[in-house]
Amino acid sequence: MSHRYLLSEISQPGKMGCTLPALDVPPTELPPEELLRSELKLPEVSEVELMRYFTALSKLNYGVDTGFYPLGSCTMKYNPKWHEDIAKLPGFASIHPLQPEESIQGALQLMFELQEYLAEITGMNATSLVPIAGAHGEFTGLLLVKAYHQDRGDKARKKILLTDSSHGTNPASAVMCGFEISVVASDSEGNVDMKSLESAMNEEVAALTLTMPTTLGLFDPKILEISQLVHERGGLLGADGANLNAFLGRVKFGDLGYDYVQLNLHKTFSAPHGGGGPGSGPVCVKEGLVDFLPSPLVIKNDGRYKFVSPTKSIGRIANFYGNFGVICKAYAYIRSLGAAGLKEVSENAVLNANYLKEKLKPYYYLPYDRTCMHEVVFSGRRQKAKGVRTVDIAKRLLDYGLHPPTVYFPLIVDEAMMIEPTETESKQTLDAFIEAMKEIARDVEENPEILHTAPHNTPVRRLDDVRAARNPDLRWQMRD
Amino acid sequence: MMPSPYLPNTDADRRIMLREIGVGSIEELFQDIPEKLRHAQFKLPPPLSELELKKELGQLANRNVSLDNYSCFLGGGSYRHFIPSMVEHVIGRSELYTAYTPYQAEVSQGTLQGTYEYQSLVCQLTGMEVSNAGMYDGSTAAAEAAIMACMITKRGKVAVSTTVNPTYREVISTYVKARNFSMETVELGSSLSSDFACLVAQQPNFFGCLEEMEAHVQKIHDIGASFIAIVDPISLGMLKPPGHYGADIAVADGQALGNRASFGGPGLGVFTCRREYLRQMPGRIVGKTVDVEGKPGYVMTMVTREQHIRRERATSNICTSEALMALAAAVYLASLGKSGLRQVAELCYHKAHYAAEQIAGLKGYSLVFSKPFFKEFAIRCPRAPSEINRALFKQGIIGGLDMSHIIENGMLLCVTEMNTKQEIDKLVEILGAY
Repeated sequence: MSHRYLLSEISQPGKMGCTLPALDVPPTELPPEELLRSELKLPEVSEVELMRYFTALSKLNYGVDTGFYPLGSCTMKYNPKWHEDIAKLPGFASIHPLQPEESIQGALQLMFELQEYLAEITGMNATSLVPIAGAHGEFTGLLLVKAYHQDRGDKARKKILLTDSSHGTNPASAVMCGFEISVVASDSEGNVDMKSLESAMNEEVAALTLTMPTTLGLFDPKILEISQLVHERGGLLGADGANLNAFLGRVKFGDLGYDYVQLNLHKTFSAPHGGGGPGSGPVCVKEGLVDFLPSPLVIKNDGRYKFVSPTKSIGRIANFYGNFGVICKAYAYIRSLGAAGLKEVSENAVLNANYLKEKLKPYYYLPYDRTCMHEVVFSGRRQKAKGVRTVDIAKRLLDYGLHPPTVYFPLIVDEAMMIEPTETESKQTLDAFIEAMKEIARDVEENPEILHTAPHNTPVRRLDDVRAARNPDLRWQMRD
Repeated sequence: MMPSPYLPNTDADRRIMLREIGVGSIEELFQDIPEKLRHAQFKLPPPLSELELKKELGQLANRNVSLDNYSCFLGGGSYRHFIPSMVEHVIGRSELYTAYTPYQAEVSQGTLQGTYEYQSLVCQLTGMEVSNAGMYDGSTAAAEAAIMACMITKRGKVAVSTTVNPTYREVISTYVKARNFSMETVELGSSLSSDFACLVAQQPNFFGCLEEMEAHVQKIHDIGASFIAIVDPISLGMLKPPGHYGADIAVADGQALGNRASFGGPGLGVFTCRREYLRQMPGRIVGKTVDVEGKPGYVMTMVTREQHIRRERATSNICTSEALMALAAAVYLASLGKSGLRQVAELCYHKAHYAAEQIAGLKGYSLVFSKPFFKEFAIRCPRAPSEINRALFKQGIIGGLDMSHIIENGMLLCVTEMNTKQEIDKLVEILGAY
């Protein structure tokens, strides 16, 4: 059995993938025919064939359990297996969101405590666990900003400032919240250009959203000046917390002057990424924003836990309470590490990134040659001058059985390669990656063809993206 | 440092690495952070070992009443349906669940082909022309659909039927207002002015009733607006799919398709539409193509709609979504297949009708609506539903959704293939005692 044929192609009439019980009540007349469907075209496949098909598919995939996955900004750290088991406990996985509160006290306690832990970790006053992913958390944070200014009667603040190195979700979220965006430049050191911020930060600006460390993997030493300037001019400071792994257990966003931060439990707090979700994007806020948080929050009252809606809530942003399954894993992560363990996480993440930086610096251009935090951004411009692009380097890494870094982001670095090793990688693994990168750098000089044609040993070779976009084939269809 | 299973470097490794970097201590690597901010104190519980924490959290989980131990007649947006074991075995393969968004297609064909299967199966199920790779949940999918309709029609007013799940209405309202558009709640079938971008309707509706969607679709098309259907994917095992009654966009919560209730999340937002709207669609989309040797393969496509390329001009901000839940849905739909899904839908239908008939025969109880229904139905109780639910709970039954704030003494019951005749009879017996 292989993955060569799709399910609908291996389907044969009369096959079945599972068994179901017989009807044990007297049947009722079906609804009028105009409400019924005439046919249902789903595949018919046996369980054996299905299991082999999906097992074959899984073998085509590369995950953190397969090997090194230094995808910058995504924090692809190892996911402890027993945290998966905790989320699968029937008392967590098989509970209905609308069950009576007295029957879900354990779940509410876990959520309440995680709200508190995350507020403590970020130096904030309250946490909403409802946002389902990072971008959803950004959206929530910006709605809080909007509600805050409206509540103060300040209607002029229609702009969100963001940096030229920000994630694409940042401007997209701002637009979804009805804001205009304005971009602040980075200076030659990779920090916020204070002159640019100074001129942009006016009474039309609702907030500056600033990832810290920045997406260049650098901590901006002027963060207190930045937050002071933003606040003096009536704005709020929000963080895309995607890079919290850099100073987990060491620095609090609240102490840096941030008013809110959106976290990614699937990054920093070690829940697996699922091939693109489920994630979880809690938002932690300072006192002034607490009343606006989305509904519901969990509170503790006389030893009982219950849901409440904050007084000036922005309302509901999702059907229920967030991705509880992911929330359980993040909870387990914090409880299994404690404060000292979290600090060791960021120390080792930063150590690993700086080690890679030093070892690779002779071979690849380092646009910001200074101590980095949990990730390092190189540029492939030396290689580009020899006709080899960053995409070629990335594809060649696949031949070594390694996952490439994030490429072509941040946008302000030409031919960017953003490498985030995370703390869960050993020096041996890093050395193997460094060796591969050195050999690739040598091949750029001596044998560039092997890069242009890479990858060679993967299940498929380079795929035709242009054809996919020009003639979209987005589902299986019966051929006539 | 104490050895940790998740920090594989030894002290000796760290010393070598620091030397290579040219610093004397890890502390020096944090020099860019102002000194006074660098040593925050954190009040967190002390760390526990795997053994200790598993025990503690096992006890905490036991403080929740699990649907595995109770019979459940609660729906209202999250549903208990049978999940074949193989679904969780597939999504439990760590090559799949420890990967991320398939940016490197050559080593992500498992995720990509699985997503293509999901898109194919969802199109077959809904009768719609295109599906994306999934959104957060049914409510946010509905909200993004409303925004998309505003962009397509270049109109700023969204109409939502009064019979749409109230939580969905709240979420749609949050999204629509965020974008500075407006939302109105309207009676299904009422005439709308031609400045509306869309009408959002639910089938079966929140109260379980089946609506005559075709007639409503026609009226909406007459004013040049889009018709957005929210559907129950399990019901499509027997009911007419949205693609066959002319819906322009159809969304659903895909939790019922092979995902456990999990206290409401992770869910899955199913999002489908007409092919002509493809370029306005939010979310990831996977397409089939070929590699340099002509071998078939799959990639994320139409990416110029997305935030990482288009930034502020993107169709949505969505990035990480619910890929693993979409894969579970694909495995579920394939496992049940053509006859299995129909059988599940019919089991729900007949059992729900059996329960409704029995309850309607009880003194003091009546059905609120006379319209055809699928697996959920509203009843009027002789006293407060909260009181009745407490009595049911004592006897191992999770009762229906208390709707007394909408309908006097109203309760919404949900019956699925998971409920045996014995469970239904017990429910009826206890209700009868009230």
